[in-house]
Amino acid sequence: MSAARAALRAELLKLRTTRSTVWTLVLTFVLSAGLALLVGLSMRSGFDRMAPDARAAFDPVLISFYGLMIGEIAVVAFGVLFVGSEYTSGMVLASLTAVPRRGVFYGAKVLAGALTAAGLSLVTGFAAFFAGQAALGPHGVSLGSAGALRATLLACVHLTLMGVFAMGVAAIARGTALPLGIMIPLLFLDSQGLGNVPGIRTVAQYLPDQVGFVMMRTVRPDRSSVGYRGFGPWTGLGVLLLWTAAAVVGGYLVLRRRDA
Amino acid sequence: MVGGIVDFRGLPRDRPVPNVNRVIEVRNLSKRYGETVAVEDLSFTVRPGRVTGFLGPNGAGKSTTMRMILGLDRPTGGRALIDGEPFARLGEPLRRVGALLETTAAHGGRRARDHLRWLARSNRIPERRAAEVLRMTGLENVARRRVKGFSLGMGRRLGLAAALLGDPAVLLLDEPLNGLDPQGILWMRNLMRELAAEGRTVFVSSHLMGEMALTADHLVVIARGRLLADTTAAAFVAAHSRAYVRIRTPEPERMRDVLAGAGIAVGTAPDGALETEGAEPARIGELAAAHGLVVHEVSALESSLEEAFMRLTGEAR
Repeated sequence: MSAARAALRAELLKLRTTRSTVWTLVLTFVLSAGLALLVGLSMRSGFDRMAPDARAAFDPVLISFYGLMIGEIAVVAFGVLFVGSEYTSGMVLASLTAVPRRGVFYGAKVLAGALTAAGLSLVTGFAAFFAGQAALGPHGVSLGSAGALRATLLACVHLTLMGVFAMGVAAIARGTALPLGIMIPLLFLDSQGLGNVPGIRTVAQYLPDQVGFVMMRTVRPDRSSVGYRGFGPWTGLGVLLLWTAAAVVGGYLVLRRRDA
Repeated sequence: MVGGIVDFRGLPRDRPVPNVNRVIEVRNLSKRYGETVAVEDLSFTVRPGRVTGFLGPNGAGKSTTMRMILGLDRPTGGRALIDGEPFARLGEPLRRVGALLETTAAHGGRRARDHLRWLARSNRIPERRAAEVLRMTGLENVARRRVKGFSLGMGRRLGLAAALLGDPAVLLLDEPLNGLDPQGILWMRNLMRELAAEGRTVFVSSHLMGEMALTADHLVVIARGRLLADTTAAAFVAAHSRAYVRIRTPEPERMRDVLAGAGIAVGTAPDGALETEGAEPARIGELAAAHGLVVHEVSALESSLEEAFMRLTGEAR
């Protein structure tokens, strides 16, 4: 057990001592909270011009989290760089001569990344909520309004799990280029509403970032709306947990089987 | 070189070297990648208190063997043990085995000191050791520089610092002289000898026979993944160095006949000169004079260890 704790402390130190990991975390916060403010301000001025049915479907809580979905690109970069740079720098050789039991090394690494992502996400999720609602002014809601706390907590969880998912993918790919090259464009497209396109919605709505949209909203659109999804926030959480578990377990299997 | 050379002897050693009986045992070790054989049924033992050179041409399987000893690569067959145990079972392995691998194995964006700090933390080694090994390896002035700005030689020194971090009784050094300047090579050679004199097991790979002959007490020679020799360095030198006489003359064919007539076997060097192991220079000079032959050179030579090594490993092909 002490060996595992020592490995965890080593991974936490690794995380703090490269600029790339530190900056991606800072960027996650700045993008999420900053964009919540900007989107909130823009919606505040646009609210009066909205059609009555659009006003009825207006989800003030979700306004806080559009920016967070962009911030997820940075948290994914964090996860990929933290794990993938082990391979691109060759550092994994030093890591495995220091901690030769691969399960202990991998567990410590994923846990260090997950704990850091969780801490960051908790601060970021609430900061984004309050920034967005403050910017909405009279149209904003408090944390006590229906679904607001649930949506904010699930936003924190979603941000955390996206980081963990990215770590698993980087461990499977044993590098940074491929996971970043695939996930960042996909995330960016998704944030533009890939899951709303009718033909691909059936599949795309279950992608790990797309379920976030469902987890973070408090108004459930009706079947005719483009934002309609066939499941609710808790099912979304379940889907995301499955994605994350698959990536993390897959990463472990690759590490265990392959030569370093 | 930044930071200058630090004499390893000048450093305080505040505790005795632990456990001098550590040995590396390699038993019937094999590694195949599909059809390609990297290491084939390799067995040898590395003992403490001396420098054991692990020699072979590039691609002979030295790095693969070292990586299997360290549990980084999985053997196809056989096993490698340190102190009777596979590497992966050693608790806090940096305190028992130090490894310098061919790649730098450090993140370019991290400061040298931080690289050593996380290694220390992973094996519960006191953090002051990071500063100590940076001083030992002459890197104290670049401790706060990021690794990506390091020269090849500085990277090797950082790798060595990492290997020495846990004050281990066993050291595995993969091509430690690569990238070092002549001053650094001398320093590294002295350091390896010093570590062995302290009773440590020092296992060092190289493709340079001449360098190993100066450094190693014992040699394990491989080529194409197979063991060719496992012997003391002195015995290897005695067995493989060759004394011969080199003769240059404008009339090589007549000289050849004269020598053959005297029962001396002659060969031809690539540059056309004659070579023989069958006679002293004096006897050849006398024979030439007796037959009125002009000679431009008659010199007694000894083939270099490098040649012996090439010949030995070349035969394995």
